[in-house]
Amino acid sequence: MLICIFISYGRQNETLLNIVAKEWIVPMLMTRISDIQKIQLKGNKTKTIVTILVCVFSFLLAACDQMVWNNPYPASDSGKNILYNVFTERPKHLDPVQSYSANEIQFTAQIYQPPLQYHYLKRPFTLIPYTASKMPLVTYYDHNNEPLFDHVEADEIAYTQYEISIRPGVLYQPHPAFAADKAGNWLYHQLADKDVAMVYQLSDFPKSGTRELTAHDYVYQIKRLAHPKLHSPIYGLMADYIVGLREYANILKDTLYNQPEHADFLNLNMYPLAGVDVVDDYTYRIKINGKYPQFIFWLAMPFFAPIPWEADLFYAQRVLIDKNITLDWYPVGTGPYMLTENNPNLRMVLEKNPNFYGEYYPEEGMPGDFENGLLADAGELIPFIDKVIFSREREGIPRWNKFLQGYYDVTGIGADSFDQAVQLVGQGEATVTEAMSQQGIRLEASVAVSTYYIGFNMLDPVVGGTTTETRNAARKLRQAISIAVDYEEYISIFANGRGLPAHGPVAPAVPGYRQGRVGMNTIVYDWVNDSPQRKSINVAKRLLTEAGYPNGIDQRTGAPLVLYFDVTARSSEDRAFLDWMRKQFHKLNIQLVVRSTDYNRFQDKIRKGNAQIFEWGWHADYPDPENFLFLLYGPQRKVGNASGGTANNAANYNNPEYDRLFEQMKDMENGVARQMIIDQMVEILRNDAPWLWGFHPKEYGLYHAWFKNVKPNRISNNNVKYYRIDTDLRERKRKEWNRPVLWPMGLGLVLFVIGVLPAALAYRRYESSKAISGLSLRSD
Amino acid sequence: MLRYIVRRVLYAIPILIGVNLLTFTLFFVVNTPDDMARMQLGIKYVTPEAIDNWKIEHGYDKPLLFNTDQDGLNKLTQTIFFEKSVAMFAFEFGRSDEGRDIGYEITLRMLPSFAIAFPVFVLGLFSYITFALVMVFFRATYIDFWGVVLCVALMSVSSLFYIIGGQFLISKLWHLVPISGFGAGLDIIKFLILPVIIGVISSAGANTRWYRTIFLEEMGKEYVRTARAKGLSEHLVLFKHVLKNAMIPILTGAVVLVPLLFLGSLIVESFFGIPGLGSYTIDAINSQDFAVVRAMVFLGSVLYIVGLILTDISYTLVDPRIRLN
Repeated sequence: MLICIFISYGRQNETLLNIVAKEWIVPMLMTRISDIQKIQLKGNKTKTIVTILVCVFSFLLAACDQMVWNNPYPASDSGKNILYNVFTERPKHLDPVQSYSANEIQFTAQIYQPPLQYHYLKRPFTLIPYTASKMPLVTYYDHNNEPLFDHVEADEIAYTQYEISIRPGVLYQPHPAFAADKAGNWLYHQLADKDVAMVYQLSDFPKSGTRELTAHDYVYQIKRLAHPKLHSPIYGLMADYIVGLREYANILKDTLYNQPEHADFLNLNMYPLAGVDVVDDYTYRIKINGKYPQFIFWLAMPFFAPIPWEADLFYAQRVLIDKNITLDWYPVGTGPYMLTENNPNLRMVLEKNPNFYGEYYPEEGMPGDFENGLLADAGELIPFIDKVIFSREREGIPRWNKFLQGYYDVTGIGADSFDQAVQLVGQGEATVTEAMSQQGIRLEASVAVSTYYIGFNMLDPVVGGTTTETRNAARKLRQAISIAVDYEEYISIFANGRGLPAHGPVAPAVPGYRQGRVGMNTIVYDWVNDSPQRKSINVAKRLLTEAGYPNGIDQRTGAPLVLYFDVTARSSEDRAFLDWMRKQFHKLNIQLVVRSTDYNRFQDKIRKGNAQIFEWGWHADYPDPENFLFLLYGPQRKVGNASGGTANNAANYNNPEYDRLFEQMKDMENGVARQMIIDQMVEILRNDAPWLWGFHPKEYGLYHAWFKNVKPNRISNNNVKYYRIDTDLRERKRKEWNRPVLWPMGLGLVLFVIGVLPAALAYRRYESSKAISGLSLRSD
Repeated sequence: MLRYIVRRVLYAIPILIGVNLLTFTLFFVVNTPDDMARMQLGIKYVTPEAIDNWKIEHGYDKPLLFNTDQDGLNKLTQTIFFEKSVAMFAFEFGRSDEGRDIGYEITLRMLPSFAIAFPVFVLGLFSYITFALVMVFFRATYIDFWGVVLCVALMSVSSLFYIIGGQFLISKLWHLVPISGFGAGLDIIKFLILPVIIGVISSAGANTRWYRTIFLEEMGKEYVRTARAKGLSEHLVLFKHVLKNAMIPILTGAVVLVPLLFLGSLIVESFFGIPGLGSYTIDAINSQDFAVVRAMVFLGSVLYIVGLILTDISYTLVDPRIRLN
């Protein structure tokens, strides 16, 4: 086989290899085969066999690119305007009413168009119209449904109405749900088994159609949030706000149970929802209870994207469901891309939506954007890329190597390849290594709108306290631990420097976050040499003594202080982290017992308040401080909360003053007044220390030189339309980086011959030797 | 023989019920239906009402094994175990908790797994037997000695090392084949070369030694001495007599694997990006999708039983003295 590959390559390229293969190796082998008489074949027959093998392997290898053998993509895709990306976890849901995870939204955000979107370049994040023709018109109403003027007190507001106007002329992607004959009859709305006998995927339908986006489609989708069979993850939250949504869900449930058994389609247009109404084809209104200014951020998420009733009906047909053709698998949108291949085990393909209306690259950005080339395409029609191929790579090693070979345009950085990719220079600034730099690879870093923290269960008698006195002692204990657990060290050891130590719950890039001295947690840090410096461990020990545990000994009982750290089941790789955590507590002579459990039990403990110290994290839904500060809002406590699972205050923290300020802050517009309240709230939290504030992770991405217009962030997800690829450069680099190395095959061949030849000769000797070697001597 | 096969198939039914019960119990010891619902619905804003709806929708609102609210036989039949298990015996696997048809998913994923496993199986069997015969032929020579050393060395290395090393050398350094991926039609060949080579080499040590041991045992038997005494050449003795007589242990190890070739390998598929069945069960366990877990365990059990029956049948083909009664 090696010989044949070797020969076939030689024939294709007419190089020295060709001569070596044809003039030397083949004749030598022929001669040797003939010599040792291992195979009783005539010379012509041997040559014929070799020729056939050569042809077979040449044919097989013809599938490979002529010059680049390790190209995982078809040769026909070379030079095309395709973005090659990667995903690790398969998306579970692509129906916008259900999809919520980041790995799902990276697809749905390119396909669906909610009325609003975030400006790609501006920071802090700024909402702008997407399909909306202008920003929503917000009107407040009192309890008598009478409109109120702006700047009224929040408690006077009974309802808030958002009136959204969408632009006309927006078309859906081509889809069979819209296919109709000349008379206007739907072609695929009443499918029988025989109609779909040869249909295995959506593209098997020969006809497709489109239609204009209307306000009805947005309203239809809002109604779907309450559909009992769709299980929208935000239904519980939205039912508290959108007027009548909870009652609507009950109506739908009753209706569904009274439907005939096989009636899968529930036409939501037949059931009005009190909180939404269509004004005209291009205008609709949403009415919510009270004032919830953060609601506008939800209007930029796929939950509020349009769904046409035709698609809902089309996908509700039992014959299609039986073939796994559902809206959850084949989205229908108006966005810049449409999903044309969905095989989440292998790859998912987005292609440019031919019906996408003209949208233009932003013309203004932030200081530095121009210098970074982010405004080079200002005013250009988007999207730039024709096709996006997301390949599934479960393992980091192949993903990393394929990126280095130029077969992925972008990658994250795993812990095992971090040192190869990134180096720290100057004041700890991260940059790519020399090797990466030579390949033209660049690093883009962004701080995620997330926080990873360690929480104290405030209901626990030791770390939370039960009386005023013990609560005070517990607060000092928590403060002492906050100083002892060195998150700077943690970030350096376990996150390769990819993180910012947190000084409070609010993440960077979110209004309310403070940098520098004003943003420093004075309980844990001192300001030294223009930077925060963690307080000495002696300060922590003093606090521990004041808490009643001098040198880690409970002065009431004389027993060592033992605390319990609840974590989800850990792999052996995480043992180092747990050891490190024990060491941090040991600085105060506190014994830390790790209670590792599976994720279900862990969640159960948190819900029931049975954990003492636990690890948790939060990724913001939208860039508003309310979405962080509500995590410690008293009524959001998990234990004993009437709202059940929707509560997110896992620490069960309850401070009336904090709650009062929160209620005041949440309805305010961003500005100085709001910032002052946030500062007060954060100060209360720092003093109470219900969390070890942990860190805000930084996300590093590596991009090839041919990948343009990248400004990474985790809030706006519909970014693919802004990207641009220099395909000529990519092709050149791929060829340069992936030239086949053939000498190992020659070496392998030689070693094989060296190994086999003595055996063959020995066999020949053995077969030709006499059975009894001494016989002839005796006969002589 | 037909009676024997029917009897074996009937024996399989209680085995499958037992396996199913064990899977069910183990799964629900770790995951409750509430946990499954939370996993599917997300953890941020999920309400108890949504959890109840999900359980009703997916048939997890009944007791697990025994329904005290029902009468008579319904105490057993109106349970999650009964309702979820009965259809499987008709090979109706139902839908995953994500709503996908499991049977269809298995069909889709089976072929990529088979595309890797079959060449590895055939080429492996051929090369292991060949090398074992060569070592036996040259027994007690340096070839045998170094062959055994090589086998022990190959056995001593983790299969993960072969994968990572193979990808590093052949794909990363020498750029001969893609590191990972999969294609359609003839395009798949370039993706199969590396995993097949690695699959064959990684099992070569243990298998070659195993076959060598079998052949050496046969070589000491009297019929071999008789064949030699009759003047048969050594290769005829080996290939015609020893190989044939060693077929029973070879088939015992090999035929049982044939139906399982469809199930794939988790590590190989994971590292080479093969969209096969290997990862289906693991993905399902991670996402707490009981419907898929029980279907895959059931399928694995059925295929293993089929493999055992095929092994028995194959004995009759290679050894005329064996009768299946």
